[in-house]
This record gives sequence, structure tokens and C-alpha cells, in this order.
Amino acid sequence: MAKYYTQEIPKTERIPKLVAHLYAKMPEIESARARLITESYKATEDKPVITRRALAFEHILDNIPIIIRENELIAGSTTIAPRGCQTYPEFSYKWLEAEFDTVATRKADPFYISEQTKRELLEADAYWEGRTTSELATALMAPETLKAIEHNIFTPGNYFYNGVGHVTVQYDKVLAIGFEGIIDIVEKELAGCKPGDADYCTKAPFLEAVLISCRAVIRYAQRYAALAQKEADACGDAVRKQELLQIAANCSRVPAKGAESFYEACQSFWFVQQLLQLESSGHSISPGRFDQYMYPYYKKDLDAGKLTREFAQELLDCIWVKLNDLNKCRDAASAEGFAGYSLFQNLIVGGQDKEGNDMTNDLSFMCITASKHVFLPQPSLSIRVWNKTPHDLMLKAADLTRTGIGLPAYYNDEVIIPSLLSRGLTLEDAREYNIIGCVEPQKAGKTEGWHDAAFYNMCRPLELVFSNGWDKGEKISIETGRVEDMSTFEEFYDAYKKQMDYNISLLVNADNAIDVAHATRCPLPFLSCMVDDCIKRGKTVQEGGAIYNFTGPQGFGIANMADSLYAVKKLVFDEKKVTLAEYKRALAMNYGQGFDAVSAGEIVAQIVGEMAENGMAVDESQIAVMIKTVMETKLPAEEKKKYEDLRAMIDQVPKFGNDIEEVDMFARDVAYTYTKPLLNYRNPRGGQFQAGLYPVSANVPLGAQTGATPDGRLAHTPVADGVSPSAGKDVFGPTAAANSVSKLDHGIASNGTLFNQKFHPTALSGEKGLENFVALIRSYFDQKGSHMQFNVVDRETLLDAQAHPEKYAHLVVRVAGYSALFTTLSKSLQDDIIRRTEQGF
Amino acid sequence: MDYLQTKGRIFDIQRYSIHDGTGIRTICFLKGCVLRCKWCCNPESQEYAIQEMTVRGKKKIIGRDVTVEEVMETVEKDRPYYNRSGGGLTLSGGESLCQPEFARDLLHAAKAVGINTAMESMGCARWETVEQILPYLDHYLMDIKHMDGEKHKQFTGKSNELMLENAKKIAAFEGTRLSIRVPVIPTFNDTPEEIRAIAAFAHRLPGVEDIYLLPYHRLGQDKYEGLGRKYELPDILPPEPEHMQMLKKVVEDSTGLRCQIGG
Repeated sequence: MAKYYTQEIPKTERIPKLVAHLYAKMPEIESARARLITESYKATEDKPVITRRALAFEHILDNIPIIIRENELIAGSTTIAPRGCQTYPEFSYKWLEAEFDTVATRKADPFYISEQTKRELLEADAYWEGRTTSELATALMAPETLKAIEHNIFTPGNYFYNGVGHVTVQYDKVLAIGFEGIIDIVEKELAGCKPGDADYCTKAPFLEAVLISCRAVIRYAQRYAALAQKEADACGDAVRKQELLQIAANCSRVPAKGAESFYEACQSFWFVQQLLQLESSGHSISPGRFDQYMYPYYKKDLDAGKLTREFAQELLDCIWVKLNDLNKCRDAASAEGFAGYSLFQNLIVGGQDKEGNDMTNDLSFMCITASKHVFLPQPSLSIRVWNKTPHDLMLKAADLTRTGIGLPAYYNDEVIIPSLLSRGLTLEDAREYNIIGCVEPQKAGKTEGWHDAAFYNMCRPLELVFSNGWDKGEKISIETGRVEDMSTFEEFYDAYKKQMDYNISLLVNADNAIDVAHATRCPLPFLSCMVDDCIKRGKTVQEGGAIYNFTGPQGFGIANMADSLYAVKKLVFDEKKVTLAEYKRALAMNYGQGFDAVSAGEIVAQIVGEMAENGMAVDESQIAVMIKTVMETKLPAEEKKKYEDLRAMIDQVPKFGNDIEEVDMFARDVAYTYTKPLLNYRNPRGGQFQAGLYPVSANVPLGAQTGATPDGRLAHTPVADGVSPSAGKDVFGPTAAANSVSKLDHGIASNGTLFNQKFHPTALSGEKGLENFVALIRSYFDQKGSHMQFNVVDRETLLDAQAHPEKYAHLVVRVAGYSALFTTLSKSLQDDIIRRTEQGF
Repeated sequence: MDYLQTKGRIFDIQRYSIHDGTGIRTICFLKGCVLRCKWCCNPESQEYAIQEMTVRGKKKIIGRDVTVEEVMETVEKDRPYYNRSGGGLTLSGGESLCQPEFARDLLHAAKAVGINTAMESMGCARWETVEQILPYLDHYLMDIKHMDGEKHKQFTGKSNELMLENAKKIAAFEGTRLSIRVPVIPTFNDTPEEIRAIAAFAHRLPGVEDIYLLPYHRLGQDKYEGLGRKYELPDILPPEPEHMQMLKKVVEDSTGLRCQIGG
């Protein structure tokens, strides 16, 4: 008999009903949390911050409105409106107030907000002036760092404005002993604290804060038990009445106690997942190895005849729907970068245990089925692949991939485990890794990884080489010499490395300032009681309570920089077809393609800046005239042709992504200009910086902040995503592209790399198609690629979806580290997806 | 290893081919063909001479002379994919047998380094030519287009006797698997009777287990214009999926062969 059940279990009628209810309306912003936290904070100003956090959490959980949605089997909703969101003014709030009138109509991820909610938020927000993490972080940053952020060299927006999230807690611990069990542990620890201890003044309040939080969570579940009981009493439908009574029974036991059934384990899991979100607003709170920690409960009930596979599947499907009920409103610019209402709740199946045995089980298969059943972007389903991953599981995963949902993402144990070892994890912990958010590996319940710490635009330092440290009329970086004076490629490349190094140091400063701000103003006692070794150390993860600490900002634009530097090397220095001065001018003139308003604004800012240096003031009306003049400037035909010829010449230079050894090894070295220097830096929690090479979908908006690059890319167009080749530049098909990408050093980018490929459905049709697809993944992984994900849709479908979004409300595409509903993406991002090389026949 | 220096003329190398032979394959397209099939989707393959073709408004040179060694450099790049999928090198064309030494030496070079080999071919050459290739060939994907010699000649320019005769000999050759492929072209060979006749022939060949029905497509039509030629089948539509299913059933009912639609 097979070791696991691989048959596909059918979907029940309940699931489409839950999905339809969830997606009936535009998501809505609610004010309850903002009002409650503000009330609590006003009443606790004399207390330590950790106590205030716990009391506020308690006040929220005791009073926030609760609801059990129609047909639900798993209860727990953060908002009354389906897919609604609360706000978190303790991190930041001004951006939302500024967007009150546009948030419902903006392109990416719109939210409805009522007039009453606006008034209530304004009233609550008023308290937070000067008290947020983002304000403190700003105050802690060096002036040159603020300047670099203002000039879009990097964007630490994620944690600058929001909670951190990006963690996997010890779900297994809560399932096993419940919060009553955790309370016991904490009470014992507290009993051991003596007033004379050096850390008594921080440890005791922290442990007390944990107790307050855990008790609040238990009471919150009891509120649901009471609500379910009340609804059951009023329910005329015998079947639903029974379901509600069961919900009441579940919520009265868990998460207070250890789960005794699979159903209780599901409910207990859900409260943890939901309430982590409610505590801090961070995204990428990742369920991790769900098939592993849920399996004992499933197996026990199944063996005892208390559970059918069909019901187990239905419960999984219900959780999958609930994961899409959680939502978050981001500022407009971030919403573009993270488009698709995604919370990046990464849930991973398969892989090894701490002793190196393959741990695939029934639930590994059922999790994949659940994603097929609900067909929604969350969870970000992932699969761990290693040499002993069962072929059946690979085929099952590939079968989901070919539906076009963009799930699962595939991760390579054979690269990730050694990579984590090199960062100080034990072999046991490394083998048990899971993925956070998009692609970031870590050990659950022991890590504060700060995995998504910033977007670092590797293209901008190259612009600073050409401008000798100036940008838009201001000196914002070090001087690395005039490019006109550079006589060797080494000199030019060295200038790039210096610009990189300097700006990386500012990036570190930004992240560390934000890190300190979170520890100071928003330590999280509830989260911290589920991460080792916070309880013993007596401090939150924000203050260094976790065993493993990292900061992982991601670099992007590898392919653009590899192609750019290679083109400069070839055309300027090897073949001497063009001078750096000519190149510089071609870039400034956007290869003769004219200037959009953004470019014109930048050029005028440059001129105005230079005039200001010389003591000449310019008023706004003059600036407007200057911008208009620049935009209407027509280049002489001869000059325009010169730039176009250069661009045609650049086009002929070999590009990354085509399996050309020389170019690919060059790209490997270029990636090191980001990944190596970062390793030299430390964060305030005592951990190390480590690089990721993935951009979420920020390659589009951040590309819009980047001028023309020497690879022929025009100003303000998207840069390459992840470690993928530049869109359309890989022309020898998926194996050539994968070979090129695998030649980068994935191991050193221990915060993850991201490789997107897009397939036409015919490439995966039939049994043979699946087999070949699996072989493709295996082969990329044989060559030490780290991660792979796929879009399987045809171009015509995407174009049609762009023209008729109403017909494609449920079209899911993979946008980088996650799946999103295509029609909710902005047009530019949709275009980017369409443009990616179609790897069809 | 002199065979590595043998020269030939190709017009393309396509990687990640998954519709021609087993697994993930690299196809090397040899230039030059003995037939002039009216439906040919690679009309630039027919002439041995190097040609100019207009592709999306731009002139493109079709055909280049290469050594076996040069081709093998590209073929080697996807070895991990062959290993994982059971793939390898496929020769296509044109008709590879028009460049027999190059075809033989290229297949030899692949076999010598443990790479699986396949060849798409009509078998339209003297037996002595075919025979010297077979020791290096794992899988012969042989086109049989029609059993009626007259009609065959009318649509392809040549009668079919030589090819049918070769098919029997190839089938008898140990060590090379033979599969039969039939391009299904409306107005030429898409009736049940015509397909049944080909299937019956294939079924009589010893060792042949599968037959592929490849539905006609028009993806090569623009190339005729690019070459300054006239496409002679402008009014023919690809066969309907239901029709293909019906033909598949005809094959399966009348023979014991495995029948697959598409490569």
C-alpha cells in the first residue's frame, strides 16, 4: 500500500458559497481596532510600553465586533465586512488620511471607506501624532539615509509604515498545549524572576504582558463560542444548527486547551493565524509546514474512525477561504508594489524532518487539492523539493501549476539547507525550514528574520556613477569621478561597486533605525510567546528574543545591471564603438525617445538645482514652463538617429538569460556587488544582514523611478523581476533561461531568490506534459537553482482579460512571489506579465 | 574523432522541444529536402541553398554551415534536462537523409557521449544511406503520408515506394525503435479509409507499437510569403478535434497500435 493517499477528494458545495460570499463586494476599511487601541493607549500612559501593548491587545479582543459568516465551519473574522481590514495607527496613519478620497478608486487594491469610518479614524489618529514607529524611525535615521530614500535608491517602506510580520510561529505548540499550557510555562518562568535580577524590570513586565495577551485570546475564542451558541439557538435549519453547536464546542475548548481532534486543531490554528495579524498588521505571517504539524491530529482521528478524508478536505478548504478573508490596506505606492491584496501567507508542503527523512503525507496532497478547490491567491502555497521528494507529489503539484493559478512555488532543499547552515542554523533546524512570504527561508518558531526589509534598486547606483553622485540637482552620494575620465572598464566597474557599497551602508542604517523603532514603540508580546527563546530571555522578538536574527533586504535589477555593465564593457572598452561620454548623453536623452513628464521634471530639477547652487532662484510658474519646453523638445534627426543606432548596437550585445557562459558568469559577479557587502553588517537584535534577490512586483513601480539604463532599457519602464532575465531578452527557451539563472550564486542569497517562468498551457498538456514539466524543475534544481514559479496562461487570455476584466474576475496569475487576481493589478503590471517571454512550444 | 569535424548545413537549433520524441529534447533542423509537401510548415527547410527570408518585416538569412562539434556544444547544454526526462537530440529538417554523413556523424557524436538520439525523417533515401545511420539512432520517427503512390506524388512531388520499402527494413533493424507519424492534411489524407490504410501498413511492421496523428496547422503560412512563394493550400482549415478523435478510433479499432494525437 502507498504511504499516502493521493486521490483527489471532491469539493463540497459549501466551498463555492464561501468564496462567493467573500468576493461579493469591494473590501472595506473598518475603524474598530483604531478606536479601541487609541482608547486603551490614552488610559495607560503611565505604564511600560510592553504592558501598554498587551492591555491594548486585550482591549481590542474584548470589544472588537465579531461575526460568524454564512456557512462557515471555522470561525474568527477580523472585520465585519468580508475581506475587510482594520487600521494600525501605531505604525503610521497619515498616508491613509491623505488617500481617504482616492483609496476606493485607485488602480491597485482599492478599498471602500465610509464617511463615518473616515471621521472615526481621524479622531483616533489624532492621538498618534509623534507616537508612531515610522516617526521614530525617521528621527533615528542619518540625514544622508533620508536623502537616499527620498531619491528612491532604496525603499524601506514595508516596515517603515507597517508591522513586521514575516514570521512563522510555533503553531505546533499551541495545538499541543493550548494557551493555558503556555500560560503555565510563563507563570513558572515568572515565579523564577527575582526582583534583584538584572533583567527583572524588563523580563517580568514582558512575561506579564504575555499572560494578559494569552488570556485575552482565550476570552476572544469564548466570545465566538457564545455567539455560535446564540446563533444555533435561533437557527431553524437543523444541519446548520448542528454546525454552529460544533463551532461553539470547538471555540470553548481551543485555543485555550490542546486540540483533541483534527477539527479543533483547524480552529486553533485559525485563531493563531488571525490574531497574529490583528496584533500587528504585518504581512507574510506564514503558516509554514502546515502538513507536518496538523498531521498527527488528522492521523489520530482517521485511524480512530472519527474523521473522513472528505470532511478533513472540507475543513482544509474552509481554512484556505479564511486565509483570503484577512486583508490589509497599504499606501497607494506600496499597493502597486505588492499588488493583488496579497498577505503572502506562505504555506509549504513536503520536505524533510530534522533527521533528513522525507515527510510527505496525505495532507501534503490535500493542501494542493485545497488550493485547486478554492482557486484563490491565498495561501501562497509552496512545495519543498529534494532528491527524495515522491514523484507523485511533484505530479500533483504540476497538475495544480497547469491550472494557471500560479501555485505552488517550488523550493530546492539542496540549495536552501546548506545556505541556512552557512548562516548559523543547526543541521536539524535547517532541514526543517519553511518559507516566509515570497521566497525567504527560515526555521519556524526560532527566527526573527526581517525578511522583506527593503527594496534596493541596483540600477540607481549605476545612474549615480554616470552622474558622479548627483541626482535631480542634488548631491546625494559619494563622488566616484567623471565617467568621461575613466579609461578602463575596471575603473568604471569599481566606481559602480563604490556607489553600491555606500548606498548599501545607508540601507543598513534605514533598516536598523526602523528595527529600533519597532523594539521601542511596538514590541509584540502575543507573537513573542510563540517564538523561542523569548520567554526564557524575557524579551520580545523585536528586542532580540528570537534564537536566529536576520535582516534581509532584497536587491533587484540583476539582469539589467548584468546586461548594462556587460554592454558598457563590450561597446566602450573592448570594441571602442562608443565613448562613455556618448553613452552618458544617450542615457540622459532616453536614447532619443523623448521625455515623459517624469523625465522632464527630473531634467528641470537638475537645472534648477544647478541654478540654485549659483544663487539663482526659480519660481513655480517658471518651472512649469521649463518642463513644457523640455517635453516639447524635438531632437535633431541626426542626433536622434545616433541614439537609436547605439540602442540597436546594444541590442546585438549578448544578454543574460541565453545560456552564454561569459555573460552569465559576468551576471554572477554583478550579483555579488549586492550580496557580498551586505554580509558585513549587523542589526540591533544581534543578527546578520543577508541578501535576497527578488522584487515582489516592485520591479514595475520602482522601474518607473529609474532612468534609461545602458542595457537599452528606456526610462521608467519596468526592470527585470527577481533573478529572471530581462523581459523578452531570453530567446532560447526555458532551459537556456534556467541554465543562465542557475549560474548565479543562489546559496549566498540566503534570504531567497525568485525565478519566474511563464508557460503556455500546451507545454503542460497531457501526462507527458506534466512529466516534462517536473523534469524541467528537477533539472534546474540539479544545477542549484533555489526557487521556481510559473505562470501558465496564454497571451490572448491575458489581453482579453485586460479588455474585459469583468469576464475574468477570478483569473489568478503569479506576480512574483505570489499569486494575485489579474484584474486587480494595475495596467502597467498587467502589461509586464503579458510581455514576459512566452515559453510555449 | 574525425566525426566531430564533419560539416553540415542547418537552419535552426531548437531547445526545450517536448513534442518530438521522448522527454525534453534539442532539435537540430537540417537544411534541404527531397519532397515538396504542399502543407510544409518549414518551407525554408526545403532548399539546400542558403536563403533570405523576410520575418516580421526584416530580412533574415536562413541556413548556416556548422561542424558536428559546434552543434554538440549546444546539445550538451541541456544534458541535465535529458537525464531527468529521458530526452536527447532529435534531427529534423528538411530531410536529414539529404546530408547523410553529417546526420550520421552528429548522431554518432551524441551516442558517443551517452545522449539519446531520435530522427524525424521520411526515409526517402537509398537503403545504404539509411543503413549507415541506424547504429547511432535510438528512435526513428518516420513520416508516412499516404499509401497511394500517385496521390503521394501529387502532393509531395515524389511517389512513396522507396519510403515504404525502407520502413520495412528499418522495422527489421534491431536497436532502433520505429514510430510512425502521419500528418493529417484535409483534402489529402484525412478520410478514415486513408488513415486506416496507413495504420494497417504500420501494424504489419515488426516492432512498431505507436502511431502519431499530427493535425495539420497553418503556423508556417507566413513563411511562404517571406520567401516570396505562394502557399498552395490557402483554403484548408485545420481538422476539428472531433475529426481527429474519430481517426484515432479508426486506428485503434483496426490495429493494436497505440495512437496519439499530436507529437
